[in-house]
Amino acid sequence: MCRLFALTSRDPISPMRAIDALNVMKEGHDGSGVGLYLNGLSGPFEELKDCPILSGIFTEAGLRRLDQFIMDKGFKSKFSILYTPHTPPPVGTPVRGTYAAIAYSVPRGWEDMTEAEQGVRLVQMRLDLKKMGEETGDMMVFSFWPDTIVIKEVGDPLEIGQYLLLDRNKDIYARRILAQGRQNTNYAINLYACHPFFIEGVASMTNGENTAFLPIKEYLESRNITGYSGYQSDSEVFTHIAHYATKKLGLDIRAYKHIITPLSDGELAHHPDREFLTDLKRTCRKLIIDGPNCVIGCLPGGHMFMTQDRKKFRPGIVGGKDGIFGFSSEVCGLNAAIPDRDKSKDFQPMHLDTAIVGPDCKEIIQCSQTDQLPRQL
Amino acid sequence: MLSNRPITPSTLGVKDLPWQIEWDKDLCTQCGRCTSVCPVNAIELGVFRKRDIKTPIGLKTKATNEYSVFYGIRQRTDPAYGCIGCSMCNMVCPNNAIRPNRDEGSTTLKFHSDRGGNPRTRGGRRNSGESLLDQIKFMRISMLTDPALDAGRHEFNLTTLLGRVQSPEEGMKTFAENGWKPPVREIYPLVIGGMSFGALSPNMWEGLQMGVAYLNEELGMPVRISTGEGGCPPRLLRSRFLKYVILQVASGYFGWDEIIHAIPEMKVDPCAIEIKYGQGAKPGDGGLLMWYKVNKLIAAIRGVPQGISLPSPPTHQTQYSIEESVAKMIQSMSMAWGFRVPVYPKISASSTSLAVLNNLTRNPYAAGLAIDGEDGGTGAAYNVSMNHMGHPIASNLRDCYNALVQTGKQNELPLIAGGGIGKSGNLAANAAALIMLGASMVQVGKYVMQAAAGCLGSEKDRCNVCNLGICPKGITSQDPRLYRRLDPEKVAERVVDFYLSFDTELKKIIAPLGRSTSLPIGMADALGISDRDAADRLGIKYVV
Repeated sequence: MCRLFALTSRDPISPMRAIDALNVMKEGHDGSGVGLYLNGLSGPFEELKDCPILSGIFTEAGLRRLDQFIMDKGFKSKFSILYTPHTPPPVGTPVRGTYAAIAYSVPRGWEDMTEAEQGVRLVQMRLDLKKMGEETGDMMVFSFWPDTIVIKEVGDPLEIGQYLLLDRNKDIYARRILAQGRQNTNYAINLYACHPFFIEGVASMTNGENTAFLPIKEYLESRNITGYSGYQSDSEVFTHIAHYATKKLGLDIRAYKHIITPLSDGELAHHPDREFLTDLKRTCRKLIIDGPNCVIGCLPGGHMFMTQDRKKFRPGIVGGKDGIFGFSSEVCGLNAAIPDRDKSKDFQPMHLDTAIVGPDCKEIIQCSQTDQLPRQL
Repeated sequence: MLSNRPITPSTLGVKDLPWQIEWDKDLCTQCGRCTSVCPVNAIELGVFRKRDIKTPIGLKTKATNEYSVFYGIRQRTDPAYGCIGCSMCNMVCPNNAIRPNRDEGSTTLKFHSDRGGNPRTRGGRRNSGESLLDQIKFMRISMLTDPALDAGRHEFNLTTLLGRVQSPEEGMKTFAENGWKPPVREIYPLVIGGMSFGALSPNMWEGLQMGVAYLNEELGMPVRISTGEGGCPPRLLRSRFLKYVILQVASGYFGWDEIIHAIPEMKVDPCAIEIKYGQGAKPGDGGLLMWYKVNKLIAAIRGVPQGISLPSPPTHQTQYSIEESVAKMIQSMSMAWGFRVPVYPKISASSTSLAVLNNLTRNPYAAGLAIDGEDGGTGAAYNVSMNHMGHPIASNLRDCYNALVQTGKQNELPLIAGGGIGKSGNLAANAAALIMLGASMVQVGKYVMQAAAGCLGSEKDRCNVCNLGICPKGITSQDPRLYRRLDPEKVAERVVDFYLSFDTELKKIIAPLGRSTSLPIGMADALGISDRDAADRLGIKYVV
């Protein structure tokens, strides 16, 4: 079972705080990889909020190819963090080259495009770069989106964090951090299979196994939406379902839970939104997950959420204090990251619940599927 | 014996028959029950003369013959009366003195069962015991990250949708605009397939309907039953139980009159309308109710004269083409119930299944597609059709599902698979395999008759006289002397029994795969087979 830890904070914090929490939770075979999603960046990136940031790992040749590709598209580099470790990597981690996060200014004419059009272009560019990298092995690209950095690597999370000097660089402090400590139990190691997954501002990570993976994957792929591809992990579909629900169907994140784990007919019979939810259950039937999973995600507006599959065989806890909240797969991780919180206000979402913390980091909003939804359409 | 005793090319000995009667003189009490119950009169009372040679000791006098007469059972060798192996004789014999035995080497009757130039017709299913579905294994069982569920205690949702399901985008739009929503029924994925009131006896039909009503009303399992072509008893049409019934209309339109007349008086809508274009047992062929079974009641319900054979043409002859026919029939049937009832066609699995499916995906009123594979059964068909025609269901269904996946319409147009499910008794495993290959639900007919009413038919050419109205169990006969053998209450009880055990077995399959909240439609990554060609064809794992 993978370890999940997420932080949402009013003030930027170091990603090492989340990694330390993962380390506290470490047990058994943990430590086969780490994934980080950083949003609400501080430092120079904060000044470049509208500039898409490309994050990935590159060899020297890869960086040259990247520059050429990006320049051809009319993008210009504005600020970058390029880190090439000179110390030997931890045991089990390969020597890769340069870990990069580069912010670009968009080419002329982009301002005239709608946000959706820009989004599709950026996703397409990320996919093109990923493909180029897969051909020669000189590039690995995890995200290309404003105010977003994604880091993935094989190995023990704490050792990787220290190896990449994540604590020292204040430019990568962030307000929202998703961190996953990977426990590779079933499939071969592949960096693209490492959580969190990201598409157009929507990021999520999951533990457990998604037994409905194949039908959901086939369904998402058949939607013909740019970016619904890859699927090296059975959990990547959760991110895409969240993206589909919020961006393509225009639904509130509270409806996400109704898509992935709809209420039973008996529960729906007395629901104030029964008509809408019955329709949603039917039309989105292919997207029902069958866990066991705990999903932690982050949305473009800065909302962070946690929810469970219906079996609720995976734990999850949300807690914190005004200004900072943590989402954790175990309470010891939360204790390590935010020890001075009021523990009586911790919330462990059950099979009907979604926990949401807004970008203001004021409180945990607890939503039950039995509650009335805000007007959706 | 005389050397010139007339032995014609068609003269058969008992050894030439596939089923041979073994009768024990010492055990027989000569009660006569066996001969009276034999549906095909294969046995008759016989008078035997026995010669004993008495040889005196000492050779002083000549040996003498003593003749005695005894009574017993004689097997007839006329092909028209060949034993069908139903074993009713054994069932009624108080002393177990008689039984039919199959002789695999005796094939001669096959060459003589078409006397008068008429090929053999029979009921039942293809006489082949092989089943690809039985070879499929369920193997995506993760012992590491996914704890297996407890099939006995966990909560499961095993229902499926029958009806056109809109895409999420269309659904949102329809909701926002308060537009017309295609009717959708949430039902149990095992449907009792079309066996008409005409093919089945009134007792069998009543038993099935009672069983289905009990499952729905007492046990909360939304089980549905298709009527088959040939109408529906007027009382059922006007009852609240109609909602558990899928009304079938076929190219013969038999019973359609009765249905139309009942529409204004219907208290509830039927579950769905199934338009039958083909059956897996006789693809491209029509339905056939032979004259033996067209009695007064059946004639009245179908609106035809009594005692004539009722062939239903293989196509809807009033329409120009299959595309037009499917579209128009769906439109008109939908209209008949104010677009509140799902309407879908049923076709034989064939090379044109995909073409029909592609037309349906573009028809917003089409509610699904039922596909019947080569192992489907029927009440009457030519032997050659049953044994040698048709398309296996697994690959046909898989092709159709994959076509839907390509166009992003999987689950929007439910596929209903039928034909040979539970052929060897493995109902839940076969159904689960088809669901994971892409079926939204499965249909069974023959299994229901075998499990719920003790149908004697097997895949070894046993019984198979459904067409002649002489069903020894009274399942497919319209003769009250025969069908009173069948107790409708007991049939209902058995229907409930096998549905409940199916439910448990299905859970036992899907629980270790980690599925509980939705039916694993299209979960082909769970399947494996030790036949490489089959694995490649179906797109599942090859495992040995």
